[in-house]
Amino acid sequence: MSDASPTPHVVEVRGVRYSAGPRRIFDGLDLTVRQGSITAVMGPSGTGKTTLLRLLTGQARADAGTVRVLDQEVSTLSRSGLFALRRRLGVLFQNGALLTDMNVFENVAFPVREHGRLPEPVLRRLVLMKLEAVGLRGAAQLMPQELSGGMARRVALARAIVLDPEVLIYDEPFVGLDPVSMGVVLRLIKHLNDALGITSIVVSHDVAEVGSIADYSYLLAGGRVVAQGTTPELNASTDPAVRQFMQGDADGPVSFHYPAGDYIQSLLDASDIRPPRAARPARGADPIDQAAGEGRP
Amino acid sequence: MNAIRTVGAVALFFLRLIAACVPALRRPSLIVRQIYNSGARSLIIIMLSGLVVGMIMGLAFSDMLARFGSESALGVAAGLALVKELGPVLTALLFAGRAGTSLASEIGLMRATDQLTAMQVMAVDPMRYVAAPRFLGGLIAMPLLVAIFDILGLFGTQLIGVSVMGVDPGTFWSQLQRSVDFADVNEGLVKSLVFGATCTLMAVYNGYHAQPTAEGVGLATTRTVISSSVLVLVFDYMLTAAFL
Repeated sequence: MSDASPTPHVVEVRGVRYSAGPRRIFDGLDLTVRQGSITAVMGPSGTGKTTLLRLLTGQARADAGTVRVLDQEVSTLSRSGLFALRRRLGVLFQNGALLTDMNVFENVAFPVREHGRLPEPVLRRLVLMKLEAVGLRGAAQLMPQELSGGMARRVALARAIVLDPEVLIYDEPFVGLDPVSMGVVLRLIKHLNDALGITSIVVSHDVAEVGSIADYSYLLAGGRVVAQGTTPELNASTDPAVRQFMQGDADGPVSFHYPAGDYIQSLLDASDIRPPRAARPARGADPIDQAAGEGRP
Repeated sequence: MNAIRTVGAVALFFLRLIAACVPALRRPSLIVRQIYNSGARSLIIIMLSGLVVGMIMGLAFSDMLARFGSESALGVAAGLALVKELGPVLTALLFAGRAGTSLASEIGLMRATDQLTAMQVMAVDPMRYVAAPRFLGGLIAMPLLVAIFDILGLFGTQLIGVSVMGVDPGTFWSQLQRSVDFADVNEGLVKSLVFGATCTLMAVYNGYHAQPTAEGVGLATTRTVISSSVLVLVFDYMLTAAFL
């Protein structure tokens, strides 16, 4: 994944600054994603990983810097241009985001019905093929509320690939999954990437799982990329912040404890259950707020 | 200042909704489904309420008119009251409580579970696919519900007025036929369309802008009922004055 590689970039993020209200989410973010690769974007909760996806899909616009996806500057696209770009992207949402008034088949067929005029027999075959790819052809008539978390994620994956996107973005694909479902989704990501030639961007904080399939990884913290490289390179890093994240240590540059006053004094002072006002962190100045307090802008 | 901002936001949303209605008309199946959801599913409560309101009017109007020796005017009084005022207003208030809350919570939950975001990312405009069909469905369903409310109301009035209070049935119907003309029906129709648009706009707007939390969806539902009810009463006064 060095810059000398001839493979073109499908995503280029350069010097992006983005704030949600008073809070700075990104402050000079730079990253690139090469065509056909699996790129992991990792970082502690609240580092802006989901916000990055919103920037890539044009749901949010950067305050400064450039976000280029498939050779188009996202922030300058018109509404119709943005919709045209989104048709070339697939997004797997953290909770699947299946439409609850449609069964599995109709959920997968939904983007095709909206954007194409395929004859019904062709549409049926296409949807069944995508469901077969995620192992859920037999669940075509089930409603979303009848699915387990892992099944819902796989149906959402079938929906995300039904239009054969060039870039597939996964938002925390392993959250809340049991080990078996996690393994299934992990293999699916790798298989789809290899079989369909899709470029995959996996946003996650499941280091071991993502690291096992990623060609290249970015580690975000404090609004910028603090480390990047292949999984072995990140594992071998001597940077304390990288080591803390990769090894899952509770304490390190990112503190486990939210800033507070003296512990013993707080226990003894029974009349005041609130944390001392002076100890409350100023928003934006607080490392936890910057690194872990992400909210949706 | 917040109130002005909200009024402006609702107005802009309404314009976007109108613009989204044109392409939504190409999907009649979505609109028919929403007519079923908003209209057919409200039928029982509308029919029951219409019947009971009519029966109450049969009792109360008969008693009041008898004091002036004008029991024969029961049909006129009930007909005009139902067609011009009570039918559209009460149906709208019931609609806001039944269908409005259902719409607001459904759309609010769609937002909370990222379904609206997923549509946007799939290059599908939720205004066209979710908001506009629901708005059109409510707009079409309301006049039909008002008509059913009026019919059941008149039946209830006749049931009590004629059968219990002793008003002559021939007088009841002939007075009603002679005094309630097309202009009165037209007034009721215009009101039902305006109230239908108001109630569904409030439901769709509040649901669409609900905070993606359990509390946010609950708040959107409450706001829908309150804003719809107040606006229906305010618009009723304005329309009544305009039709005088």
